[in-house]
Amino acid sequence: MHELGIVFHIIKTVERVGDENSLTNVSEVTLELGEVSGVVPSELNDCWNWAVKKTELMKEAKLLIETIPALTLCESCGKTYGTVEFGRVCPYCGSENTYLVQGREINLKEIKAC
Amino acid sequence: MDKIRIIEVKESIFEDNNREAARLRARLKNERTFLLNLMSSPGSGKTTTLMRTIEELKHEFRIGVMEADIDSSVDAEKIATTGVKSIQLHTGGMCHLDAGMTEQGLNELGMENLDLVILENVGNLVCPAEFDTGAVKNAMILSVPEGHDKPLKYPLIFTVCDVLIINKIDVLPYFDFDLEKVKEYALMRNPNLKIFPISAKTGEGISAWTDWLRNQVGDWINAD
Repeated sequence: MHELGIVFHIIKTVERVGDENSLTNVSEVTLELGEVSGVVPSELNDCWNWAVKKTELMKEAKLLIETIPALTLCESCGKTYGTVEFGRVCPYCGSENTYLVQGREINLKEIKAC
Repeated sequence: MDKIRIIEVKESIFEDNNREAARLRARLKNERTFLLNLMSSPGSGKTTTLMRTIEELKHEFRIGVMEADIDSSVDAEKIATTGVKSIQLHTGGMCHLDAGMTEQGLNELGMENLDLVILENVGNLVCPAEFDTGAVKNAMILSVPEGHDKPLKYPLIFTVCDVLIINKIDVLPYFDFDLEKVKEYALMRNPNLKIFPISAKTGEGISAWTDWLRNQVGDWINAD
């Protein structure tokens, strides 16, 4: 259950930010989720809805997910392309000398609270 | 009723764990204890490799082992037969260990009187790679029956590891496993990766691996 572990880390981060900002009730948490982060959004939501009930700070909080598209850069020709569609081999020049520039992120973007 | 505010955070949810891991590494340095995080898929021969490693090094270092598993204590019982201190960490359904759980385990094991602690992480090539446990070095085991294409399928774990142990080389003749290909694929993802082909069953190649580990542990615990 990978998503449950991720949810615990989100909650921990929100609790720290809540502490720093003297928040009493978090109503929304927005997450930026990379397309190839390996996290399944629907699973994440299920785990979230279960886990927040056990907290004080974010009992009713909704989880909003914004997707960050996965992009790969080809070192050989310098072009960027969609990772999910083309994978590791550059569709422009056929090179395998490529690396992921974005798409693995799991970022806490913002918190709506009072 | 207080006013609703939006707080911009913009940070990775791994940030807190990374900080805890860095803190744990500093504590390990202070205690002169070397922590090795060992990762692999289930069935790669992790426990057998570990037992061989312990046999080679147990007269030089005070060794402790933490076995992480979702449930059961089968592995810890096997390790206990080598005579080193071992504990079982149950992750309670979680697929990985983070720095906090690792530190709890170390506290229970009592790291003060140990030179080398080996953490046998949960058997899985995906999740353990995402979380820094606070270990000094990370190693992974890939076994011949799993196939040489694993670095292409699970690139992240190959990039976070310092060492790749290729186990079960005694069965190479029976599998379409290309040792040169796997090295090429793995080094493409991580040019600094040290690669040790071994057979935990026959003992072939083990000393190259344990020589490396011996040097690493020695450097860490004897550093000023």
